[in-house]
Amino acid sequence: MNLQLRPALVSFIALSVLTGLAYPALTTGLAKLIFPRQAAGSLIHKDGQVIGSELIGQAFTSPRDFWSRPSATVDANGKPLPYNGANSGGSNLAPSNPDLKKAVEERIAALRAADPEATGPVPVDLVTSSASGLDPHISPAAAAYQVHRVAKARGLDEAKVRDLVAAHTEPPQIGVLGDARVNVLKLNLALETLASK
Amino acid sequence: MSHAWIQNLLFLGLLLALAVPLGPFIAKVMEGERTFLHPVLGPVERGIYRLMGISGEEDMGWKTYAWAIAFINLLGIAAVFALQNAQAALPLNPEAMGKLPTDLALNTAVSFVTNTNWQNYGGESTMSYLTQMLGLTVQNFLSAATAMAVLVALIRGLVRRTSNGIGNAWADLVRSTLYVLLPLSLVMALLLVSQGVIQNLAAYVHTASGQVIAMGPVASQVAIKMLGTNGGGFFNANSAHPFENPNALSNLIQMLAIFVIPAALCLTFGRMVKDRRQGWAVLAAMSVIFVLALSVTTWAESKGNAGLKQLPVDQVVSVHQGGGNMEGKEVRFGSGATSLFATITTSASCGAINGWHDSFNPLGGLVPLWLMELGEVVFGGVGSGLYGMLLFALVGVFIGGLMVGRTPEYLGKKIEAFEMKMASIAILLPSAAILIGTAAAVLSTAATASISNPGPHGFTQVLYAFSSCAQNNGSAFGGLNGNIPFYNYGLALAMLVGRFGVIFPVLAVAGSLGRKKVTPEGLGTLPTHTPLFVAVLVGVVLLVGALTYLPALALGPIAEQLSLR
Repeated sequence: MNLQLRPALVSFIALSVLTGLAYPALTTGLAKLIFPRQAAGSLIHKDGQVIGSELIGQAFTSPRDFWSRPSATVDANGKPLPYNGANSGGSNLAPSNPDLKKAVEERIAALRAADPEATGPVPVDLVTSSASGLDPHISPAAAAYQVHRVAKARGLDEAKVRDLVAAHTEPPQIGVLGDARVNVLKLNLALETLASK
Repeated sequence: MSHAWIQNLLFLGLLLALAVPLGPFIAKVMEGERTFLHPVLGPVERGIYRLMGISGEEDMGWKTYAWAIAFINLLGIAAVFALQNAQAALPLNPEAMGKLPTDLALNTAVSFVTNTNWQNYGGESTMSYLTQMLGLTVQNFLSAATAMAVLVALIRGLVRRTSNGIGNAWADLVRSTLYVLLPLSLVMALLLVSQGVIQNLAAYVHTASGQVIAMGPVASQVAIKMLGTNGGGFFNANSAHPFENPNALSNLIQMLAIFVIPAALCLTFGRMVKDRRQGWAVLAAMSVIFVLALSVTTWAESKGNAGLKQLPVDQVVSVHQGGGNMEGKEVRFGSGATSLFATITTSASCGAINGWHDSFNPLGGLVPLWLMELGEVVFGGVGSGLYGMLLFALVGVFIGGLMVGRTPEYLGKKIEAFEMKMASIAILLPSAAILIGTAAAVLSTAATASISNPGPHGFTQVLYAFSSCAQNNGSAFGGLNGNIPFYNYGLALAMLVGRFGVIFPVLAVAGSLGRKKVTPEGLGTLPTHTPLFVAVLVGVVLLVGALTYLPALALGPIAEQLSLR
């Protein structure tokens, strides 16, 4: 039996260089050339500073803003740090885990406390944590649920806020892919411009 | 009918449209014929052979072939292990990632070399860009190329008559990488970037409000992670991370990428054995099981979590919200696109995820688990899915032969004791690794301390881990803390058994079949391209899977489902 020493070593090195250095380098170069904005993270700038990425969700806590979904991300020491863009992840709570039910109850209570007049059932995405912990979207129903609170806190006409949500609602792609959604960061930024008018 | 079902149908239609031209193309490449890529890549191929000191035409016996495959895989384990140890001192490490502990580094090295991509680490908090590229991305290519090579060797065994050789392993590895995996990856990576997947070597971004956003060469790795059915995410959240999978269109591209080569290889097989109906029959058997599984997952996840029914939560699917069971899922995908992804990734040996299977409803999680346990032969991994399915086909003709009292044949080759022994070993070894591994884990206090969910679901977490690793899938019930020595070493062993405990028997079968004469088809021959044979094949796969795993599944997801009333 031939030991195949040289072919093994050479093919391993050649294919490593090809697929592990040349291919990523070529992709990086072409991506930067053709899609520079996307390749760099679809970042949003304001006054010369990066204020976020349109693809990465952020934690909003003020009653004046639309809130994102709950996030289960943690910091480097394992302490909760919602929307930590350097450590993505979900809760991995089982549907049968009592902790999940407890967390959902607490989130419902917090939403009710922020707006006692919103008494209808809460859209499920607003009280469950996302897979990435960085979900930039909420469902149109979850946005509608918050319209009353946001309009009241900002002293805006509810219909105007509702129109803004409608304008930021994206339907499933080509009608069937994925689900309808609203980008929370973009909606809140638009809310600022609406309020300053 | 919600649009999720239309999405399912659209996926199947597009898959077929892509696989039909790709199948014959791969056959051409693997048989050394010229393709439209040869003017550019032909010189590269010849250059590599020259450096290796081979012509690429040398025919290898199955033992030499197996040794070549083992050797390059061993080199891969060593290289990935070394990179993780040395990354702190190497370039392309803007976040100053340090050396990994030995048990974790070994687990990761074995995981990527065996095409499993089980991850006991979070990418963005552990790995340097160099390790991701030169270590993990390389193995995404080579492990896929390995399985494609082994598959083609098996097909040659079926085609050749009284031949001692089953092809040249080096040429098979180089050709599948160069003409199939690399060009497809480049095109797909750029498609993904156009949708928002990032591709850069920059340091992490710190925003004005203090949010830190991870960066990296993501698209190049995600493309091959899908096309090679590897599944290892650049980020911890894998294809649920918005930078890995920004929208439902990128999601569709990724799902198609998982299945396109495994589906195409069925047609490659048909072309190489000069009877296309044989390829279509295998593809049909895979599709039947897939559609059944997909229907259960889509239904189960659209139902919402029964445990939240008493709370004022609206889980109903409507035009205003995706609804369903949304814990551990992303709004842009919703329960429909997440169920489709989960079924695909576990039918194939991919293991990428766009939502956490741990938070799926019991029946929604049972399907991915059982699909892995079936041996990942429903499309399955690149190469490995079809060679696994062909073993089941051998078992199928054997059982069929017993029923009618004739010597079983497959494609004119007599199936005898040696082939049946090898097929049995290849089917039983991963099953043994799963069941024995799970049993060992639940007896160990260290291993059970890693369980994060109470009750039957906790048992399912462990069963899922060993099923995923021994079948080289890599998806997880992610709540289980796998980063302890027990799982790092135990699961690494399961991955090796599940990978090479199948590859070597398959190559032995290839060698044995290749030496045989072809018997002309007679009246007693069971035809293997008919709906009847498709039914036999589906029956054998489901029966073996059910007999082996029903008791374990009853203790896990089935018990949990019954408790959620």
